[in-house]
Amino acid sequence: MITLRVNGQEQSFDGDPTLPLLWYLRDELGLTGSKYGCGVALCGACTVHMGGQAVRSCIVSLSDASGKDVTTIEGLDPQGNHAVQRAWRAVNVPQCGYCQAGQIMQAAALLSATPNPSTEQIHTAMAGNICRCGCYQRIEAAVRLAATGA
Amino acid sequence: MAHIIENVSRRGVLKGLASTGGLIVAAQLLPRQSLAAAGDEGRAILWKTGADQMPNGVVTDPHVFVHIDPNGIVSIYAARAEMGTGSRTSLPMVVADELEADWSKVKVLQAPGDEKTYGNQDTDGSRSLRHFFQPMRQIGASARLMLEMAAAKQWGVDVGEVEARNHQVIHHGSGRQLGFGELAEAAAQLPTPQADKLRFKDPSSYRYIGTGSVSIVDLFDITTGRAHYGIDTRLPGMKYAVIAHPPVTGGKLVSFDPSEAMKVPGVEKVMEAKGWPWPSKFQPLGGVAVIARNTGAAIKGRDALKIVWEDGPNKVYDTETYRQQMQAAARQPGQVVRNDGDVDAAMKSAAKVITAEYYQPHFAHATMEPPAAVADVREGHAEIWACVQSPGGTRDDVAKTLDLAPEKVKVNVTLLGGGFGRKSKCDFVLEAALLSKELGVPVKVTWTREDDLQHDFYHTTSFERLEAALDQNQKVTGWRHRSVAPTILSTFKAGADHEFNIELGMGFVDLPFDIPNFRLENPAIAAHTRIGWFRSVSNVPHAFAVQSFIAELAHATGRDPKDMLLEIIGPPRVLDPRKFGEVKDFWNYGDPVETYPYDTGRMRHVIELAAEKAGWGRKLPPGHGLGIAGHRSFLTYVATVVEVAVDNKGRLTVPRVDTALDCGFHANPERIASQVEGGAVMGLTLAKYGAITFKEGRAQQKNFDGYQMVRMDDSPRVTNTYVVPATIDVPSSGVGEPPVPPFAPALCNAIFAATGKRIRNLPIGDQLST
Repeated sequence: MITLRVNGQEQSFDGDPTLPLLWYLRDELGLTGSKYGCGVALCGACTVHMGGQAVRSCIVSLSDASGKDVTTIEGLDPQGNHAVQRAWRAVNVPQCGYCQAGQIMQAAALLSATPNPSTEQIHTAMAGNICRCGCYQRIEAAVRLAATGA
Repeated sequence: MAHIIENVSRRGVLKGLASTGGLIVAAQLLPRQSLAAAGDEGRAILWKTGADQMPNGVVTDPHVFVHIDPNGIVSIYAARAEMGTGSRTSLPMVVADELEADWSKVKVLQAPGDEKTYGNQDTDGSRSLRHFFQPMRQIGASARLMLEMAAAKQWGVDVGEVEARNHQVIHHGSGRQLGFGELAEAAAQLPTPQADKLRFKDPSSYRYIGTGSVSIVDLFDITTGRAHYGIDTRLPGMKYAVIAHPPVTGGKLVSFDPSEAMKVPGVEKVMEAKGWPWPSKFQPLGGVAVIARNTGAAIKGRDALKIVWEDGPNKVYDTETYRQQMQAAARQPGQVVRNDGDVDAAMKSAAKVITAEYYQPHFAHATMEPPAAVADVREGHAEIWACVQSPGGTRDDVAKTLDLAPEKVKVNVTLLGGGFGRKSKCDFVLEAALLSKELGVPVKVTWTREDDLQHDFYHTTSFERLEAALDQNQKVTGWRHRSVAPTILSTFKAGADHEFNIELGMGFVDLPFDIPNFRLENPAIAAHTRIGWFRSVSNVPHAFAVQSFIAELAHATGRDPKDMLLEIIGPPRVLDPRKFGEVKDFWNYGDPVETYPYDTGRMRHVIELAAEKAGWGRKLPPGHGLGIAGHRSFLTYVATVVEVAVDNKGRLTVPRVDTALDCGFHANPERIASQVEGGAVMGLTLAKYGAITFKEGRAQQKNFDGYQMVRMDDSPRVTNTYVVPATIDVPSSGVGEPPVPPFAPALCNAIFAATGKRIRNLPIGDQLST
């Protein structure tokens, strides 16, 4: 039996401990905000916070998540008004929107560790998140806006 | 009801973009003077499009598209699929504006796949605004008139004395007012007004159209993880499936051993998935399905399968061999698809002949949301939840595959996590439907990224050979271009080996060049994998070759590339490509040439505008270069100037992109800018990295390590968008696709300016470091 906290709630799972956290969140808990994009930590669409760090939930096994605090996009802010979310809306960032939960979780983790990132720090932190629609110019602007207190 | 109001009230209005580059509209929209004149404002059709020639045409009944609650909430149906272009916002916004509705009280509902009710829903070909701006405007005007008539009736006054304004109807004489909600019930009982009775708003009084002030309707849901994509659907009792497909197109399952897969915790069943022989349009490839309690278990189960495949004849498909075959074909005469003057004579009498060959491999669409769908098939009825670009076509294909009447199939359209043409093909939906029918429970089929890259309907690969004859004065007197590329038609019809009118019409037979002897040929080549349409389609290879070649001619003749491009396009004139020599069945993107001729003046204008805004000719740091390209596609004129920087190790970056775009009258310039910004990223991705290659019939790229995408750290630093202002009498044209084709040639022309290296083979890869 694996136990963990997801968005502040205790959860337990008696299935396969090697199951990637992503599929547990999406298919077992119904938290579909975290997205599948590659399954091998190459695109960042599945990014969640574990112990306050941004992780790719597609390669974190449930046994690795055991006893941990996991935050998904659904739990980032109770009203959906985290500074990063507000900045995303101010810049009208998304096109299709599919990768944006992962982008937002990655940006939130960056700003929590580095409140005023340089351009290079933004690029380094966000380079693991692919946006096929190509919203990077706006994502970068939104990260900057969030950093300056949107 | 409170819940609905809370939901819609989040739909904010943008306070101005905080973006670094962003949108620059060169001037404010000016109302067309004559529109304000009496008599003219009643015109529902300002310009004729091909919309009514599409299957199931256009529906303009406000009873279908607009529902007003007694509480005043106006619900507007979006009938097109939303894949990121913003049409789910922009089309309802047109209705709302013409209706005089307050956008903060508008709720957008997604229509299911039902073309008889909603008209054509095939979200493709950059058609949504171009075909549906006018119908949406008409629907808004009709609904507004019905509200005005209801108010006039209630007050016992003439309808001419009342006017809808900002979600209420007012009586000019008395100042009485009634809200839309109060009038909803009475208005809904009225018949749809005739089009010639409608009064349209003067464009100067638009609240939302043309302003770029409206944020996308799904913005809150997207930023909070609540937005619903095809892959997100969950139903009670639903099983999760992944499918092992034959590795070679047209291959077949011989046998499989499920024993190891069945040992994986959570795997419940392993079964054959029905397949169709190649080619079969969008029918499934077949293979072995693993059914499990969650997607992770299904993937792990699939990894444990032991399968014997029969590869079939496409096992021969090998990218290097095929490239040589295309090159050999391009060096021989081929089917003539356009012939002006006498090219052979021009070549013979030329002072100099310049020849160049360009190559581009296959691309995969790689939508961030891979193909995924849920089907619930039982008791002679099928319900589908899917990310499909063509919900009406999907409904028909599901019905045919399950042998049901279309009325027994409901297709719920989710958001699409990217489309780019991939999700026009509903094979993954049919897979879910077949499995659900067999299992008797709802089934979700998810394609992994590996499935997506290895079994796509790929963008064609192409080999383009160009020759130009130059006279003593360095003027181009002859032009021969042979385009060799496996055709999309081969996915529908076995043995199809020539480009068809749609592909030929994409930046090939429609080229407006001022060259008297002009011949275009299309030698045959057979396809060995599924070819499909990818954003901008054949415009991509055609523009890459043609726009690169013009810059090569500039270099060969010591000219400025922009001047050379303008000289080849020639003076401003309005052309009908059907009158070019031997051009048959000119497609013109499905729209009338009378409305959308080729206007070289508009092409010249965007080239000059992009050049001016980019500071063409400005002094650049060492290692930097500027390149330009201009291309008309989907009836829109686009020119792009790319600034590139190449360091001494051959690494390239793009400091700046300037794109000018003329798409006629436009509803949402803010979303146009987002398409241009995204088009630059996609253009850079395909130029720098784009290649799906085959060995023994198998696609060699499995995931984003082998098939790379541009990421934030190598995306263009700034993309500036200049939208040419246009009044409402200038027909709207496409936006989703046109930003892509000029990018790669502008980039490669910039690389040549920076380094003297000419890229003729895509992708660029490491060509600059060797």
